[in-house]
Amino acid sequence: MLFASVTLAALAVILAWPVPVLLSRAHWPTRSPGVALLLWQAIALAGGLSMIGSLVTFGLIPFSTNLIGGLGDLPPVLFSGALPPSAGLIHLFALSSAALLAAHLLLNLAVTIARTERQRRRHRSLVDLLSTPLLGQPGTLILDSPAPVAYCLPGARTVTVLSEGLVSLLDADQLEAVLAHERAHLQQQHHILLVAFESWRSALPWFPIATRAQVAVSLLVEMLADDQGRRLTDDTTLAEAIALVGSAETQNIVRRGPASVSVADPAPNAVRADRLGTATEFGEDVLDGRRLPMSVDPVVLRVGRLLNPESQLSLPARTGILGLAALLLAFPTLLLFTS
Amino acid sequence: MATLGDLERSIMERLWQSDAPVSAAELRDELAHKTSAGKDLALTTMLTVLSRLERKGFVDRDRKVRPHLYYAVTSRADHTAELLQQVLGAEPDRAAALARFVGQVSPQEADTLRRLLDQRAAD
Repeated sequence: MLFASVTLAALAVILAWPVPVLLSRAHWPTRSPGVALLLWQAIALAGGLSMIGSLVTFGLIPFSTNLIGGLGDLPPVLFSGALPPSAGLIHLFALSSAALLAAHLLLNLAVTIARTERQRRRHRSLVDLLSTPLLGQPGTLILDSPAPVAYCLPGARTVTVLSEGLVSLLDADQLEAVLAHERAHLQQQHHILLVAFESWRSALPWFPIATRAQVAVSLLVEMLADDQGRRLTDDTTLAEAIALVGSAETQNIVRRGPASVSVADPAPNAVRADRLGTATEFGEDVLDGRRLPMSVDPVVLRVGRLLNPESQLSLPARTGILGLAALLLAFPTLLLFTS
Repeated sequence: MATLGDLERSIMERLWQSDAPVSAAELRDELAHKTSAGKDLALTTMLTVLSRLERKGFVDRDRKVRPHLYYAVTSRADHTAELLQQVLGAEPDRAAALARFVGQVSPQEADTLRRLLDQRAAD
């Protein structure tokens, strides 16, 4: 049990710090975003499992020699009030920490899902009143606003929303690329992943890796949708659509709007620029086709990988990474059940 | 055949246009004049849709008079502002609710994209 506890603790530390830092700095995820997405999920799940598992196995040492037996024996022992003589405060502390951490993560997931659902419902009722259906394109609404925005709302009745500002900014092919991108989000159910990682981030705000993972996952999901968009149109059309929408003066349009709109808080960008180092010269890098790490400005990165396409990772490389992801999940699980 | 959603939209457009509260019967008559959709509208349908809109927080009514008089809670512009705030808001907890084609862009990033487009136009 002690061996399992120490090994799991070591795994939790590795998965909490060096591994996510390396992965978020790597370039290869831009070539195979789907594979990278699976690896992030394995890291998050295995990390949480090792963290909680390490505390549980340590706490159970005085109670039993194996995890399953220990968990079964624990309630009667706790209720009778007669603890084994070897059980110290530290073991009880480890057990309660594990229980609290698990409860915290699960409750946070439930709260995040409920909040997201509420936001979507409110948004849906607003958008239904302020938009008109696009003829010939089921599930597509045109929003009466000059700000060039496109987005999709997942949920029970999924819908893609384009603003009038966007429709006048882009040509027909570019619009087709945008629609293909948004439909890929809906078809591939990206919102489920986004909610899970958002809940992890908000549950562990003091844990920089959770934020890093959430940033990486949202970008990878965009790249997956881009890959669908480029398949249905072509690379440069989609790249131009992204660059046009990204460089449009969205915020100024909002600022000129009704007084009740507060300008979007610039802080997240400041934080991002600070965390990711200098934010200059990316344009030159993109134009030169240099290989950028995953951690530069996300929109520039998306455009860059469309304009300078690279082949996806080789089959052995992809298989290797998926095997690694499976191993990451299997190792702590086996350790827990055999200890 | 007009759906409930269409009806909600026409009612809100009408309420947003005027400051004076109106009764459900007046609304129905106006809609019947203006659109074919309102022609054979039952008053009960009208009341149902109005109370749906009330539940969603778009419409309120003056209950001191009979029949009740309905009015829009805030202007169309305010609702558009609220919607855009939800779409463009920078709070990360919004990111999961809806998936934007292009997310928050920093000023430098927008500059880079503009240079990129200029360069492509020049080529």
